[in-house]
Amino acid sequence: MADQSTIVLFSGDLDKAIAAFIIANGAAAYDHEVTIFFTFWGLNVLRKDEAVKTDKGLLEKAFGWMMPRGAKKLGLSKMNFGGLGPQMIKQVMKKHNALSLPQLIELAQEQGVKLVACTMTMDLLGLKQEELIDGLEYAGVAAYLGDASNGKVNLFI
Amino acid sequence: MKIDVVVDTKGMACPMPIVKAKKALDGLASGQVMEVLSTDKGSVNDFRAWVKQTNHELLGHEEDNGVYKFYVKKI
Repeated sequence: MADQSTIVLFSGDLDKAIAAFIIANGAAAYDHEVTIFFTFWGLNVLRKDEAVKTDKGLLEKAFGWMMPRGAKKLGLSKMNFGGLGPQMIKQVMKKHNALSLPQLIELAQEQGVKLVACTMTMDLLGLKQEELIDGLEYAGVAAYLGDASNGKVNLFI
Repeated sequence: MKIDVVVDTKGMACPMPIVKAKKALDGLASGQVMEVLSTDKGSVNDFRAWVKQTNHELLGHEEDNGVYKFYVKKI
């Protein structure tokens, strides 16, 4: 059986999400079976760019408005400067030929990295399946632990 | 040495060199040799570790004017 690696992406910060996806893509190149489990703010990485009409309560709607909608809208964990920081880092990454976060996500899916959205925190934040990108699996802590128990590398970001 | 495939990752940043190398190696038969070109300064350590863990053989590597060349034999 192939080696396994897992990452819990708890953070919705751009820099941390980039780090998580670089490690995931590297692990896939190591022939590992790779799982990224998205929970809490990490779920925002998976949101579609466009607004999706859903049937939900006012509180959930408010959460949806306040949280970043997708990988292109995330802020930095440090030096965010009200959104200026992410623009600067994207410029620098382009200069160094580093893949952008949307490109890293696409590459991960192409390499067969399993992207799992935590259904419990989706409920808490009021996020619906139709608001998230395609190709995800939906599960809870037990499914994550099932993968992590076989994991050689298990990270919490 | 007979090279069966050349993978040019010059100018690409981590993790692309090993992602590209893995894809190319998947297409080779056992015993065939891949040459990887990279300008990533971390790639010497990256390729040593990657080849060891994935149980292939690093036949050698050299540096020429900032370009690293790696010769990997598929086991």
